[in-house]
Amino acid sequence: MRAPISDLPIRFENVTVAAGAVTLLDGISLTLNPGRPTILIGPNGSGKSTLLRTAMGLVRPSQGLVTWGGREDVPPTRRAIVLQRPAMLRRSASGNIRYALRASDVARTEQQSRIDELLALVGLGQLADRPARRLSGGEQQRLALARALARDPAILFLDEPTASLDPAATKAIEDIVHAVSQRGIKIVMATHDLGEARRLAGDIVMLHRGRVVETGPAASFFSTPQTGEAKTFLAGELLV
Amino acid sequence: MPGDVSALQLVLTGDPALLAIVRLSLIVSLSAVVLAALIGIPFGAALALIQFPGRQAVIVVLNALMGLPPVVVGLAVFLALSRAGPLGSWGLLFTPKAMVIAQTVLVAPIIAALTRQTIEDLWLEYRDELNAMNVGPVGRVATLIWDARFSLVTALLAGFGRAAAEVGAIIIVGGNIDGFTRTMTTAIALETSKGDLPLAVGLGMVLIVIVIAVNALAWTARRAGERMAG
Amino acid sequence: MFTRRLLMAIAVSAVFAGSAFAQDKSILVASTTSTQDSGLFGHLLPMFKDKTGIDVKVVAQGTGQAIDTGRRGDADVLFVHAKAAEEKFLSEGFGVKRYPVMYNDFVLVGPKSDPAGIKGSKDIVAAFKTLKDKGIDFISRGDKSGTHQAELNLWKVAGIDIATDKGPWYKEIGQGMGAALNTAAASNAYVLTDRATWLSFKNKGELVIEVEGDKRLFNQYGVMLVNPAKHPNVKQEFGQQFIDWLVSSEGQKAIADFKINGEQLFYPNASDPGA
Ligand SMILES: Nc1ncnc2c1ncn2[C@@H]1O[C@H](COP(=O)(O)OP(=O)(O)O)[C@@H](O)[C@H]1O
Ligand SMILES: [Mg+2]
Repeated sequence: MRAPISDLPIRFENVTVAAGAVTLLDGISLTLNPGRPTILIGPNGSGKSTLLRTAMGLVRPSQGLVTWGGREDVPPTRRAIVLQRPAMLRRSASGNIRYALRASDVARTEQQSRIDELLALVGLGQLADRPARRLSGGEQQRLALARALARDPAILFLDEPTASLDPAATKAIEDIVHAVSQRGIKIVMATHDLGEARRLAGDIVMLHRGRVVETGPAASFFSTPQTGEAKTFLAGELLV
Repeated sequence: MPGDVSALQLVLTGDPALLAIVRLSLIVSLSAVVLAALIGIPFGAALALIQFPGRQAVIVVLNALMGLPPVVVGLAVFLALSRAGPLGSWGLLFTPKAMVIAQTVLVAPIIAALTRQTIEDLWLEYRDELNAMNVGPVGRVATLIWDARFSLVTALLAGFGRAAAEVGAIIIVGGNIDGFTRTMTTAIALETSKGDLPLAVGLGMVLIVIVIAVNALAWTARRAGERMAG
Repeated sequence: MFTRRLLMAIAVSAVFAGSAFAQDKSILVASTTSTQDSGLFGHLLPMFKDKTGIDVKVVAQGTGQAIDTGRRGDADVLFVHAKAAEEKFLSEGFGVKRYPVMYNDFVLVGPKSDPAGIKGSKDIVAAFKTLKDKGIDFISRGDKSGTHQAELNLWKVAGIDIATDKGPWYKEIGQGMGAALNTAAASNAYVLTDRATWLSFKNKGELVIEVEGDKRLFNQYGVMLVNPAKHPNVKQEFGQQFIDWLVSSEGQKAIADFKINGEQLFYPNASDPGA
């Protein structure tokens, strides 16, 4: 079921997320617009995952406001996420996708063809009946991507989907992301791999210690970073 | 039952009195497990998923109830079902139904506590994914119970083991009536009190064999299921 | 799927089993472990069932517990051996009438080595005094059963206030006759038991009869219908039928005919009004 109005833009207004005494996101204001992929970069622990989960609606801000297409509390019918460590439902690969299709109210008669299509897209056609938890790390990552796409999202959040993959598997994922983006689906992806950021970005959002330190089009971000943190990070030095 | 023949032999040769005892034991314990599951699984799942003040205290109490002494349960059920008790008019004391009730009380906390733990662990793992897929509360519970089903079988087996092995509760509420409420365990208690230790040991071995057989059956089913579902 | 079907099958079988349990022509008799463990009921009840079609379900308890079961209205008939307690039960209005049925006797058993040196005595009171004076291990049921009450009475007759005079030699186990015999066999102690349980007991070990035949060791059984006026659920008609049969010449003969290894265990005396 397609919501009549888009979830975009997603707007963060002075958003703070805290877990107990720890501040995970610290007063973030940010707008995610339709168009080319937005890539979140920043060192480990800078808050990328928390920002994605907040944008997805999985985490509620302790302060501030998140709006989707100008509205609050929009259920995630048109958004999907591939978590940094996706949980595999205790079902087969195709069972995982079927579950997502059912949750999106896809008609029973359409389910099988969609499953075949999605598994083929991520190259898991041969493993349809394999219990998902017995897939390799890379295969699970791809299954999670297919499962997210099963929801037919307008926005797709990806949290370091290639982090532990070899170059071939990484390329396969990046190709899918590229193709998905070409179809007009908004990609918001976290990575700490600058090469990957260069290959995919439209826009860059750089996080450090729970704050946005710099945003802008990829080209200018990489050629003329404005902040000390960005320069240090791009130089490949340790940013702590 | 002549004491010079082993209980195992009596079972193998189909001695009707002993088979009736074995059958009653299984019916009582399995019925109690089914009833306890109908109570304990939803309760445990709700406790895993619903946050409310005093929840930690409920969990502590529930875990403690797993170790309820059977005689105490037996006594409580006895007092409730006795003609002089609040449920006396049901006329259930000294019947197999009373034994099922007592064992249900004994087993339900075990199944509820183990379900709570299992579902809570699985919920931690699934929470973000299910929320991301916009799954509502009912679908959530159904998914968690279904996906935890193999672990829940283990909880049921733990409950069955407890029910099949206990004597303290059913001997009080059942009365160990020959041919009516006599089970494996109460028969063992009786034969021990009569000093017929070989027959008691034989019955004990039959009981152990049955418990192992039930566990093996469930384990095989679980393995087969897991192979298919992961 | 498999598990679901299995659970269904079990639930269904439980329901059916429930209805199969329902038997209406039956009474519940609260009795003592001695009558049950000796096998007397196994001998009597089939005859009674053949004649009347009534199923008798026996809950075997200590006499104290059996009387309490009757007082609560959880049994239709009491068949116990503690005359004083039975008469109290009657006087409180919980029973209708007490019928003497039969007696058996108690025996004092102990280790073959007989550390108390009382073997062959016919004086149970003297034997009890010796046990106390020498501090010889003695197992007491301690469960308010008829046997326990008979034992307490014997201490009293011997002039011993066991509550204050007991030492480490006197061990109350709070369990049935079988458990008491098992304990005595395992620890070479003396124990008072009814002869019926003793004869059918299979784990005697080193235990032998030390003292028997004293009139003060006789053990009278009585039977009573629980008062339907107090407990309307009592199955008066069937219960009275059972009592009438027990005291009839047919029932009395059946009791006398019950033997273990050729030895008679219970002596019918329904015709003795003072019993
Ligand atoms: N529930 C939590 N409680 C406390 N600290 C947390 C919690 N979740 C994340 N953190 C901490 O918050 C910081 C940001 O985490 P995260 O958003 O996962 O960063 P990134 O994805 O950029 O590595 C990290 O230091 C992490 O350890
Ligand atoms: Mg992260």
